[in-house]
Amino acid sequence: MVDMSTTLAGMRLPNPVLTASGCAANGKELQRFFPVAELGAFVTKTVMRDPRSGRPTPRMAETPSGMLNSIGLQGPGIDAFCTQDLVWLADHGARVLVSVAGNTAEEFGEVVDRLVAGPAWDCVVGVEANISCPNVANRGLVFACDPESSERVVRIVRDRVPEGVPVFAKLTPDVTDIVAIAAAALGAGADGLTMINTLLGIVIDTDLLRPQLAGVTGGLSGPAVRPVAVRAIWQVTAAMRGGRLPTAPVIGVGGVRTGTDALELVAAGAAAVQVGTATFNDPSAPRRVLTELEAEVRRHGFDRFADVVGIAHERMVRP
Amino acid sequence: MSTGVVQVAGELIANRRVGAYHHLTLVAPGVAELADPGQFVALAVGGPTSATLLRRCFSIHKVKPSGTYGGTVDIVVAAHGPGTRWLAALRPHDPVDVVGPLGRPFPLPAEPVACVLVGGGYGSAPLFWLAESLRERGCHVEMVLGAASEDRLFGVVEARRSADAVHVTTDDGSAGRRGWVSDVLGEVVDRTEAAVVYACGPMAMLRSVTEVAGRHGAVAQVAVEESMACGIGVCMTCVMPVTGSDGATRMVRSCVEGPVFRGDRVRWDAISGGVTRVPEDAVGAPRAGGH
Repeated sequence: MVDMSTTLAGMRLPNPVLTASGCAANGKELQRFFPVAELGAFVTKTVMRDPRSGRPTPRMAETPSGMLNSIGLQGPGIDAFCTQDLVWLADHGARVLVSVAGNTAEEFGEVVDRLVAGPAWDCVVGVEANISCPNVANRGLVFACDPESSERVVRIVRDRVPEGVPVFAKLTPDVTDIVAIAAAALGAGADGLTMINTLLGIVIDTDLLRPQLAGVTGGLSGPAVRPVAVRAIWQVTAAMRGGRLPTAPVIGVGGVRTGTDALELVAAGAAAVQVGTATFNDPSAPRRVLTELEAEVRRHGFDRFADVVGIAHERMVRP
Repeated sequence: MSTGVVQVAGELIANRRVGAYHHLTLVAPGVAELADPGQFVALAVGGPTSATLLRRCFSIHKVKPSGTYGGTVDIVVAAHGPGTRWLAALRPHDPVDVVGPLGRPFPLPAEPVACVLVGGGYGSAPLFWLAESLRERGCHVEMVLGAASEDRLFGVVEARRSADAVHVTTDDGSAGRRGWVSDVLGEVVDRTEAAVVYACGPMAMLRSVTEVAGRHGAVAQVAVEESMACGIGVCMTCVMPVTGSDGATRMVRSCVEGPVFRGDRVRWDAISGGVTRVPEDAVGAPRAGGH
């Protein structure tokens, strides 16, 4: 028996496999394939204050071992989310990591206030601040591309989330120095980091000779980006181990399709792993990855998942 | 949301060339038993380590709940991209991961009214099964099948078995009457006094079918072919602007709220040139400076 439990900033989860925001809707759809309560936690689709229609279509383009998406954070708004989606997840026994976003830093705070006041707050095991969305007040530059904007959002979210419930900042790899952004987020009170969000890309339709997505740019995800995720997790974990960043749990996300893929992120430093785009290919993927990851941990002779987290930093061969 | 869906390790048992298309029969235990006309299946392509991750969705052509091989599902594939070419090249006993049945089926009328079924190209695939269900309920059924050319028609022979009458159109006149399905539809609706027109095919055809049906006093039920990444309602890529019974337009997922919609509820005004815009009056539509 492998002990698959993991503790993220004081929040203990029975296992380290989660869904990824925007790749699992809010639970009902996947419940038809496996009980969402069996995951370490369920990560919701990013919720904003108001209902949002999202962008025009086409919203997606297939790419080698991945896809580009431009959904535009379509969603019902925080009030309907709290009274319907979150209540459903609570009723089905899920532990929930709620992904929140705002057009402004203050709007993040409003979303959190209403979330905390909602009827199903008790099932929430953490809040993930999706700071990889455009900041209306800063010419649409995404919050996570700028340390100051990241800091402002994280500070507001941390202030509004009750103590004892961890706040994770979800970072984009589309920056010069992800350690600097991680430092800003942790400095502002984030209890942990989620890495990585999608990478910005464009696909040209070669029949029509125009961008394939109606929104022109989209976020690249899928196995194609996995090495970028592993790199980001590695750099931030190395900075923590080297004393250049405060120690905090990292949730790894990016291109995980199998338990072996998950193990890569874990060995690089992730204390939990989210399964995203692979769910589109296989609706059972999050649950399957958990089974496969447990087998991988056992195969390497460990009886505790926690002992594998970041292990690659100790096994490096130094020339 | 319908809960009757399974994910099964399927197996190809037959792959036949039909005109420009491939007609595939898959053993997919559990899917056939749950399926109704208008629903679809989502297939993984390229095997477990495929670099082509997104599911390919196909309306179910027919099902056999318990055959020699167990429940089977038939689909029709036009091989025009890497995923569909992979499927078209499958040989008997090759494995295929199948998720289905998905989506909402065609709603059937409570009374034995006359119905017209319109198929564009291989969009006709689900209509034969629908025709049989309707005739079992006592409905008079006529079919209108159209395509660019004769080799792109699907199921004309089968239609003659499934329907009381069949009308064929081709853009180039290589089979049936030269022209579009919408050219003959009005006359068929009038003569049969049809109450419902069911249609499946390209968006532009569904729009004109909806308009013709409306002008001739029939309700259109259209099955849309939006591109989908997952087919199960989690990716949010297949949305379309549809007006609900409360009068509000929302960007709804065609995989779970569709693929069958009442034609007069679809906001055709927002769909053109391969792009579907978000109508300004849609719930949560972007405001100035928004998204």
